[in-house]
Parts: sequence; structure tokens; C-alpha cells
Amino acid sequence: MIRAVIILNTQGKPRFIRFYEFKPPEKQQELIRSVYGVLSERPENVSNFVRVDEIFGPDIKLVYKHFATLYFVIVFDSSENELAMLDLIQVFVETLDRCFKNVCELDVVYNFNKMHAILDEIILAGQVLETSSEEVMKAVDEMARSEKSSAVSLIPKSVSGRLGR
Amino acid sequence: MGSQGGWNQSKEFLDLVKAIGGVPIQSRGGSHRHPRDRNPKAPHLRSVPRRKMKEFIIRLVYIEMLGHDASFGYIHAVKMTHDDSLLLKRTGYLAVTLFLNEDHDLIILIVNTIQKDLRPQVVELLGHGKEAVRKKAVMALHRFYQKAPAQVNHLVSNFRKRLCDNDPGVMGATLCPLFDLVMADVNSYKDLVVSFVSILKQVAERRLPKTYDYHQMPAPFIQIKLLKILAVLGSGDKQASGHMYTVLGDIFRKCESSSNIGNAVIYQCICCVSSIYPNPKLLDAAAGATSKFLKSDSHNLKYMGIDALGRLIKISPDIAEEHQLAVIDCLEDPDDTLKRKTFELLYKMTKSTNVEVIVDRMIDYMISINDNHYKTEIASRCVELAEQFAPSNQWFIQTMNKVFEHAGDLVNIRVAHNLMRLLAEGFGEDDEGADSQLRSSAVDSYLHIIGEPKLPSVFLQVICWVLGEYGIADGKYSASYVIGKLCDVAEAHSSDNTVKAYAITAIMKIFAFEIAAGRKVDMLPECQSLIDELSASHSTDLQQRAYELQSLLGLDRGAIETVMPSDASCEDIEVDKNLSFLNSYVNRAIEKGAKPYIPESERLGFSSVENYRGHYQQESSSHALRFEAYELPKPASVTKVHASSLPTPVTDLVPVTEPTYARETHHAPKTLSTPDVLSAEVGVRLRLDGVQKKWGKPTYTSSSSTPSSSTSTTQKSSNGVSHHEVSSSVDSRRYQQVEVPAEKQRLAASLFGASSSKIEKRPLSSTHKTGKRTAVPSSSEPLKEKPVVVPSTPPPDLLDFGEEPAITPSVASVDPFMQLEGLIGPNSASSPAPSLDSKAADLMGLFDDTSSDDRNSHGAANVIPTKKGPNPQDSLEKDATARQVGVTPTGNNPNLFRDLFG
Repeated sequence: MIRAVIILNTQGKPRFIRFYEFKPPEKQQELIRSVYGVLSERPENVSNFVRVDEIFGPDIKLVYKHFATLYFVIVFDSSENELAMLDLIQVFVETLDRCFKNVCELDVVYNFNKMHAILDEIILAGQVLETSSEEVMKAVDEMARSEKSSAVSLIPKSVSGRLGR
Repeated sequence: MGSQGGWNQSKEFLDLVKAIGGVPIQSRGGSHRHPRDRNPKAPHLRSVPRRKMKEFIIRLVYIEMLGHDASFGYIHAVKMTHDDSLLLKRTGYLAVTLFLNEDHDLIILIVNTIQKDLRPQVVELLGHGKEAVRKKAVMALHRFYQKAPAQVNHLVSNFRKRLCDNDPGVMGATLCPLFDLVMADVNSYKDLVVSFVSILKQVAERRLPKTYDYHQMPAPFIQIKLLKILAVLGSGDKQASGHMYTVLGDIFRKCESSSNIGNAVIYQCICCVSSIYPNPKLLDAAAGATSKFLKSDSHNLKYMGIDALGRLIKISPDIAEEHQLAVIDCLEDPDDTLKRKTFELLYKMTKSTNVEVIVDRMIDYMISINDNHYKTEIASRCVELAEQFAPSNQWFIQTMNKVFEHAGDLVNIRVAHNLMRLLAEGFGEDDEGADSQLRSSAVDSYLHIIGEPKLPSVFLQVICWVLGEYGIADGKYSASYVIGKLCDVAEAHSSDNTVKAYAITAIMKIFAFEIAAGRKVDMLPECQSLIDELSASHSTDLQQRAYELQSLLGLDRGAIETVMPSDASCEDIEVDKNLSFLNSYVNRAIEKGAKPYIPESERLGFSSVENYRGHYQQESSSHALRFEAYELPKPASVTKVHASSLPTPVTDLVPVTEPTYARETHHAPKTLSTPDVLSAEVGVRLRLDGVQKKWGKPTYTSSSSTPSSSTSTTQKSSNGVSHHEVSSSVDSRRYQQVEVPAEKQRLAASLFGASSSKIEKRPLSSTHKTGKRTAVPSSSEPLKEKPVVVPSTPPPDLLDFGEEPAITPSVASVDPFMQLEGLIGPNSASSPAPSLDSKAADLMGLFDDTSSDDRNSHGAANVIPTKKGPNPQDSLEKDATARQVGVTPTGNNPNLFRDLFG
């Protein structure tokens, strides 16, 4: 199970956090500081995996990827595959890139809500839901359209079936 | 679409982000904060349009992410879930998910909304027409199972049903819960092996729609999950494994190792192969894949390769030989992750032939790192390996010295006690000569090392104890020399009472042994001054020891021999726990009219010290005052607790994750009754054991637990650590660091054994034929022909859409939400949304009141919040006060005062 998805900038400031097991805000901050402590000490050109059992508990690892000013981090337990998690970061970033055209730190910050929407299409409750960034885009665009037209109750395609019955 | 398309972040949000963005996280005390952050929705809470409200909620999520308190707004997130607009509802649910724990008070307000929104409910939705809905229903049910397995037990069969869903996405979603279920109970799911294998086969053969491809790989995440499940199902099961061989071989052949995700599948395949019943051909393929990983330039793949090697090595130990140089490269890599993984591998492949090299390496690394968590782990591993495989006494002692020297304060105190016991009892063989040799080499090295500054306390304790017991045993060192050294230790560590106690007791033993042997011992001036100092010590324990020593010196030879027998730390002491020798005295006293003794356990109102101590140590992690009332004393006899803390066979030598090293007070061998043995004969000892520790921190008295000679004699020689193989041939191979390639070769040789055997030791290829003969009948073709015996599930055919097997809406007899309702209580259904609105309106009035007349001091701001937004009223009040005072209460203060007012 995926425990958390975290985006930090290189100064250690959290830019996006999603924990899949409830953690009180103070604990979240503490964890993020520890994660940043680990990441900031990693040299360049080493592996993307770190065992973080002293931070998150036994058998928990994290995968991180460094893009420009941001660290993308996925924290997960032993039921996931490290390389696959690395690719999941790739999926996430690719999707963001499609959404924001050359995604940068500011996009992540200013589109906070949309970030959550995108991630929710990729990971649900700590399990991988979708790995095709096209599909994710489709779903997110649909939601965006419905918000734009601003009708009271527009329904995303994925659920329209049940109300249409 | 534009980057902002449709998501309508307003200008104000951007302003907030800018304003708050400059604030470092650490300064969330409050005073530095931008006014907007302090109150993102200060103006006119009631008249905020819904659309605006949505953005406010997003802001709340944002500021909470940055570590600020947003609890005052939780209620609005809850309210938003009641909204008619789907988008607002969505935002509401998102915020509630992020804000609220399942135990939060506000959750109760959402139950009704969820019930209204989710109709039909989850189990019914499993058969919904849309695959996206079915998929999410499966995931929701999985979450239910994770949260409360017992309550959805009757529903888990749904996962089996959905495995045959003709949408691959839904099928893939069922694999996660099935993995959990298989992990919990393998045997109930053996029947699914054939289904899983056939699904995997279809996926690997690209029979899924193209949309499931990811980087030219067919549904890699599904493949990985399936491989994980198969690994569990096939573990130790020859028959089940037989079904898997063909498809695993196919995957090895087909998988592209050029892409990251392809390697992920290959790695998972290796894991599966190493977990199921071994098949030579597959092991060969796995070894090939592993060596590709190891030869890669990518650190990630090397890491996976080392991990894979660690798995394969369990089945075929020879496999590491081929990769010795790659392993050594990883060991010297600057990447810590890789290095640690390699140490893990080395730990797994340690034998008595390579233990020296491996442990030396581990210790070097241990010295070089600062990470205490890992230092502790690696130290424990070193100790474990040294005890298991030590080739010689000298090496063992030296290794332990190094570990203690550099990580002494980190290793568990039990490791030290274990070392003492080991020295006292020997290696379990009846070879007194070897044992005394071990002891004298320990004494040698300790006397050599003892002067070094900054030795950890634990290590000094061991040193003192060993010098006391065996310092003069072989006559190599004079008593006054050893006593002098011990006095130096006590002097150099004058702040460490435990070490001083060990030292003075050791001195006492040496005096006793000398006198018993009929030799005259001169009192050294520094020793006398030490005794004087300790006699006036604040620690009663040290005082007692000093007085004991003094009175011992006044005894004659015979008495001393009885009190302090030489080398008797392994002797059993008969302990008369009932104190029966006192019976006649007691009877006489009672006859004279004395009151009979009531055991402590029967006296109520007498707070048990030991209980308190146990309680205290649980609490000790939170360094705060405790405001709650003391617990009612539980009757428990002190004597019993002591009895249970007698040395037990140390089973867990590697207590890596054990958090409380403060428990040392319990581990030390300590008996209540041994002082009686002494006092009966010496007659000067105060009975302190039950008396102390009433006040102050219990750890303060930990020095009392140091094993004096009399207590350590209670160790039984039978419970020794006897799993030591002292290989008789002392391996004198010590590699020298000359130049890199040569050194590497040598290191490789010492790690992996003679490299000359490299070529002939590839037996796998020769066994192929036999392997084929035995394994193939079950794995070649007959998968399809066999009548598939899956009782409850039809054989899954992902692509045969013509048949349309079973998406019958499965109406389960019990509705999971009815059960959830039961959880929340009978009145949950009667708290509908409308009433909440009116309630909220009332609260607004209340809020106005408080803001007008509640002009309290700063203290009010701290006092009011109990915990994060337990109910709307609290959060509003808190908000109001905060605004008055100008400080938003941070998370810490309310917690501090919760005890006072909670």
C-alpha cells in the first residue's frame, strides 16, 4: 500500500502532501521535515530508493525523484515494487506536464485543487488506480469542463451511468 | 486547455499563496504570520457565497499543509459535503478526507450525507454497469476490509466474483484485496492459483486491449500484483508452483529490460521464483536476470540486483560467487541505500569462513555513519554474527570491544550482560582451558583499552565486571595493578554511578580473592580515598558497597571464602524465599504479642513501587507534567516482580527496534534475597531493596541493579548461549590493503571462498535435464486441458466478451452501511443536514456574543481549545478568541492544557 505522496521543494517546503493513513497535522510536518532531512543528504546520481523505517516504521521505503526545484516522493510498504513506484512518479509528473505544459513549482502551488484531483485519479486510498496519463487527463478535463459550465449539478461521466438509469 | 482551465483559482488564493509562501515553516508560532493567513475567511462568514466557500476550503487545506492550524474551519468542510452541487460536494469530501480522522467528532455529521449520496451502496455497486464504478466499489470494499476485517468477512467472496469481471481494470482492482486475503490465509485461496496463472498468461500474451499498455508493457501493474500473489500461494507448495513455471518462464523471456517498468516486472518475477517451490530452469533465468541488474550502470537496478541476489542465495548459495566483484563494488559505492542493501546481503551469506571480513567491514561502516538507528541495527548484527561464527576467542573479544567502543551506548544492555555471561560460562564446551584462555585474553585487552577516554558506560561496566572476576585469575597481573586501574576508572567517570558501582564491587572481589588465597594486600592510597568518597556518596547503593568492602577487609580468611567464593559467578545460590530460618524468631515474637506480618500484597493503599515504575516508563516518552490523577494502586508483590526479572535466556540478541533502552533496570540480574545471604554473615547491610525508588525518577536508582558478585552468582550455567561454533582452525587470513584490484580480488576471495571453484560451481545447467523431466509434466501444456477446478468461480476469460459471464448484480444479504450505522449509534440517522444548518446559525449568534464580551487575557486563548475542532462551537469560539488576542492558537498549546481542562 502507498502510504503517502509528498512534493517538497529543494528548500524543504511542502508543496503538496497526501497521506493515505490519517496523520495529525503536527505529525505530518514532523514526517516531512524528516523526509527532507534524508533527501537533502542524498548525493547526485545515486539510487532513488531510501529505507525510512526510522521515520515511518518497519519495512517502509520511499522512492523519490528530483525534478528542477521539486522532490516528488512516494512512501510505501513492502507490498509495493520499488521500480513500479518510481514509474508511478513518472506517471504523475507526465500527467502534470500535460496539464500545465512544462510543469514548474508555481503550477503545483497555484493549482493545488487540481493537483489533488489529478492524484485522486492515479492513486485511490493508497492503491494504484490508473497508470495511463491519457485516462487521467480525460477524467480531470471532464471535471474541469463541468466546473466551467458551472451548472448546479453536472456529473462526471464515470458516475453518470448510475443516475441515468 | 489553459493551465488554469476550469479550476478557477481566484486572485485571492494566489495572493494567499504568495503571502504565506514566504513564511518559513518553523515560525508557525503565530506572530510572523500574514493577517490573511491568520484568518482566511474573516469577513462575513455567513454571507459567503457557496462558490467562494469552496475556495476558502481549498485555502484551508493549503494552510494546513504548511503546518498551520485549520481546525476552526473543519465544520465548513463538513457542511460542504451537504451541498447539492457535485463539484462543491467533491471539494467537501476531499477536504474532509484530508482533515478528519475516523474518530473525529465531526465525522458523525457526514454519515447521513454519505448514506444519501451513496445510493445504491457499495456492495450493490459492485455490479454496476459502469466499470469505473465497479472498480471503485471494489476498492472501497477493500478499504472496509483493511479497517475492520471482521465486519466485512461475509463480503470477501465478492472479491473472488469480481476477479472474473470482464473489465480488466475491475479485475486488476480485485488483486489488491485478494493479495491481502491471501497473505492472511493462504490455504483458502489455493484454488485460485489456476485462475491467477491463466490471467497472468493472458496479460503477458498481450491479450488485453492496447489501452492497458504502459510503456509498451502489457498492464505491468497487474502483472506485478499477480506475481506477488503467486509468490505467496506457491511458497512451499510444489503442486501450486507447478502451475506457474511456464508462465514465469514466458515472462522472463518476453520482458523488456530496456524500460524501468519492464525491470520492475522482471524483479517481481525473480522474487516469485525464489519464493515458490524451486525450479532449476527458472532459477537459472532468475540468476541471469539478476546478473543483468548487477552489471547495469543504474544504481536502482544494482539495488534490485542485490536484493534479488539476497533472495536467490537462500535457495542456491553458490550463486553469489559469480557476482562477487559486483557485490564488492556495491559495498564501496557512495550510495548509502545500496551499501546498506549490500550489508544486508552479506549478513545473509555470513559463514564461519568469511565472518571476519564481513564483520570487519560492518564495523568500519558502523563507525563511519552518524545515523543512530542504523548504527544500532548494524551493531546488533555484528554481535550476533560474532557470537555465531567467531573463529577465535581473540577475534571475538576484539570484535566485541570495537562494537562496544563505537556503539556501546546504542546497543541494548542485554548484549553486555550476554557478553559477561558468555565469558563466565565459556562457550558451552567442557573445556576449562579454552574458557580461561578466553577470559585472560579478555582481561588483556580490557586492561589495554581501559585508559582510553570516552568509553561508553555499558562497555566500562563489562570491563569492570570482567576485571573483578578474572583480573588476577591467571596470575599475570598483580592485584594492586588491577585495583589501581579500577580506581582510575571510578575516578575518571565520577558522574556515572553505575560504573562506579561496578568498579567498587570489582575491587571488593579482588581483595576477597587475594585474602582467600592467603596473600596480603596493601591498601592503595587511591583505593582508600575512593572508599572514603563512596562511603559519603549520595547514592545509598554506592555507600552500601563501600561499607561492605570495608567490613569485608576486616573479616578472616574463612569467612571471606564463604562470602566471596572465587570464580563462582556461575554457581547457583540456594535461595530460601520463605525465609524459613526466621520462623522460630517470628514465632517467639508473636508469642510475646507482636502483630503478625501482613504481606504487602494484602495491604491496600500501599502504592506499589514496581507498578508505578512500569507505568512511568510507558509515559516517559512524553516529557510533560502529568495532570491526571494517580492510578489506583494494584496489589502486586514486589518479590514477585523481582523473581520474574531474574535473568532469562536471552533469546533476542538483535533488539533493533526496541525503543526503551531504559529498561536496563529490569534486565540486570537482581534478586531480592541475595542480600540476605550476605547480611546473614556480614551483618552490616541495610535492607534497602524494598525501600528505595519511592521518590523521584525511578531510573535514578538504576545503579542498584548492577550485578554485584553475589547477585551475578545466581546466573545459571544451564541457560548459556551455547550456539557458538569455535572453529578449531584459526583463520588467520587477514587481507591487507595494498592496491585496489588486488585487494578487491582478495576481498572477494575471503567473502565468497576460493574463486577457483568458480567455473565448476555452476551445476544448474547440468541439472536442467533432470529438472525438466521432473518438473515439466505439470508445466508444459496441460493447463488448458485439465478440467479447471475452481469451485465458486468460473474460469476467467478476460476477453471473451461474447459469453458475458457474470455481472449479475450481487445483492448481498447484509448491507455494509447498515453495519456502519450500527457503529455510530442508533441516533445517527436522526441527525439530518437541515437541523445542522439551524444549529450552525445558533452558533453564529453565540460567536457574536463571545466576541463582544469575552475580553479575556491572553490566557483565554490558550485555555479554550481542547483539541482540534471537536465540535463547531469550540472551533468558532477558538476562532473568535484567537482573533481578539491576535494569535491563532497553535497545535501545541491546546494539547498542553488539555490535561488541565479536559
